[in-house]
Amino acid sequence: MNGAWPWLAVAMLGAYHGVDPSMGWLFAVGLGLQDRSRKRVFAALVPIAIGHLLSVAAVVALIAAAMGRGFIWLRPLGALILIGFGVFRLRRPLAHPRWVAMRVGFGDLTLWSFLMATAHGAGLMLFPILMAIPAGGAPPPMPHHHMPMPPPAGHLGPLAAAAVIAVHTSAMLLVMGSVAIAVYEWIGLKILRSAWINLDTIWAVALIAAGLLSLVI
Amino acid sequence: MALWKPDPSFYPSPRMAAEGPREKLAYVVVFNPDPSNGRHDALCVLDTDPQSSSYGKIVGRAEAPNVGDELHHFGWNACSAALCPYAPHPHVERRYLLVPGLRSSRIYIFDTKPDPRSPKLIKTIEAAEIAARSGYSRPHTIHCGPDAIYVSALGAADGGGPGGVFLLDHDSFDVLGRWEVDRGPQYLGYDFWWHLGYDVAITSEWGTPNMVENGPDLDLLTQGKYGHQLHLWDLRRRRHLKAFDFGPDQQIVLELRPAHDPTKAYGFVCVTVSTKDLSSSIWMWYREGGDWNIRKVIEIPAEPADPALLPPAIKGFKAVPPLVTEIALSTDDRYLYAACFGTGDLRQYDVTDPFNPKFKGAVRLGGIVSHAPHPKAGALNGGTQMLEISRDGRRIYVTNSLYGPWDKAFYPEGVRGWITLVNVGADGAMTLDPDFFAPFSGERPHQMRLEGGDSSSDSYCYP
Repeated sequence: MNGAWPWLAVAMLGAYHGVDPSMGWLFAVGLGLQDRSRKRVFAALVPIAIGHLLSVAAVVALIAAAMGRGFIWLRPLGALILIGFGVFRLRRPLAHPRWVAMRVGFGDLTLWSFLMATAHGAGLMLFPILMAIPAGGAPPPMPHHHMPMPPPAGHLGPLAAAAVIAVHTSAMLLVMGSVAIAVYEWIGLKILRSAWINLDTIWAVALIAAGLLSLVI
Repeated sequence: MALWKPDPSFYPSPRMAAEGPREKLAYVVVFNPDPSNGRHDALCVLDTDPQSSSYGKIVGRAEAPNVGDELHHFGWNACSAALCPYAPHPHVERRYLLVPGLRSSRIYIFDTKPDPRSPKLIKTIEAAEIAARSGYSRPHTIHCGPDAIYVSALGAADGGGPGGVFLLDHDSFDVLGRWEVDRGPQYLGYDFWWHLGYDVAITSEWGTPNMVENGPDLDLLTQGKYGHQLHLWDLRRRRHLKAFDFGPDQQIVLELRPAHDPTKAYGFVCVTVSTKDLSSSIWMWYREGGDWNIRKVIEIPAEPADPALLPPAIKGFKAVPPLVTEIALSTDDRYLYAACFGTGDLRQYDVTDPFNPKFKGAVRLGGIVSHAPHPKAGALNGGTQMLEISRDGRRIYVTNSLYGPWDKAFYPEGVRGWITLVNVGADGAMTLDPDFFAPFSGERPHQMRLEGGDSSSDSYCYP
């Protein structure tokens, strides 16, 4: 069991960010509508995915480096950051980057997506999962543990770290692209009025829960 | 308070906004032209639901705690721009009305949520805070932006210039500071709006507080000292890009009405008076080949009149100037309306081709000479002034007062305040509503805001 679920969780989180309008697909659709161009929708998805990837990669690399050095306070520190960030999102749900506008190039979109993902805590949320990935590397072919290993978890090799980032971003891009093109081509933006539910509070609570969880995984 | 779903009055596009439900209430500010009598200005609530027994009547009133604010223009804390993709915050509520006193420079914030018919004052931003944090004074236009609330201001605390724009936090309503990073040659201010799809802002010019607060100054006017320029700005970098000069004879450049469709890069602005022939004009700004330009698209001539019927300020001209001091563009960008405070005309133009507006018709209410009547009230004074078009374009609410010290120059007998309604048929034809007439006693109404947004409250990021 322990072998597959972290990878599934990494992918599910990516898919969740892909669905969230404020993480990118809506921007891509808006740019496409402004230029009346489906190509523009696709073109915008690339820098948005890269920005998201960079944000997640920065956090994953930091955690992997800390694991590699055997930093013993990593677990409580990571938990504390997650809980603190969750509390911040609860207290300031309207906080958002105030920076770009509608005439944006590749670099603008990359940076925007990086900021949105970072402000959202996209990479941070991976912390408890990273702590649970068994030492050694890439997705194990099949579950082979007799018992879930108790903490402390050990080591996240470069291969495993890269796999986490790749799985997360691919899932995000796949879902984001599907939603973007479906809304642009068939559904229309009216969907925003009914389907853009406010998950901020749930996300903030989830961050706190993830912090608590990472202490025990 | 955050909502579970986007505020239902936020619409991704102007087309969806036009399909939304009809407004059942409207808010209107009224001011007391003679503060020495101690009466307070107020935010009033007008019943606009034809099914209601109090239809067309003032059903609520929230008074300003001070006297002499001159409430004038106002706006919502949040609107459809909250759906913009780069700074989305769709779960805030369109709930608070920010109401500046044009003379006192206070901004009152009223909460319309607990009881929409009885707005409650929840906060006052004092003039000193605005001056200390932004350098500005005499706040005028309020626009709910994607990232903050934008407020235009006529000038500095000492009554001089420059006029400009400052920002309020859309959550805490704290004054964030001056908006401009580089104002270039811009000095005079008045209105402010934008093209969100093109990252540009536009500002217009009236005069500094010292130039306007004692009534129109004929010397400044004949010398061409009032505003005669339009300014184009980089909305994102907050820098001045280009100034357009209409010529020194074109005096007082007021309301800015950019197309609501964010893919369309044009808009309209009115020039109140030409010192050559007292005509008013409407100009268009537009983007062409990456550059922006202007051109005059409408000219409305003065009407010859018996000097005996004219107030002292304009007796010598033997004509009534139209004094276009307000224009309004329907949410579908199809019809442009011009309010002629001098003649009383409400003029309608088909601007389907914005370069070639077609005059469609006029309704006359009040006017310096004509005092055109309303069936419910007889002869009116004051003239067609502020316009607010419903989102669906079918109703135009009209008020009749311009600005205290300037009312006096054109209507020395004193403006008797009223609100009325002009209906627009499916074919676009205007008809005066014979039953809808709300009179005021000793108070003058100015701008109105319709429940759930109107044609000058919201901007959109999607076509």
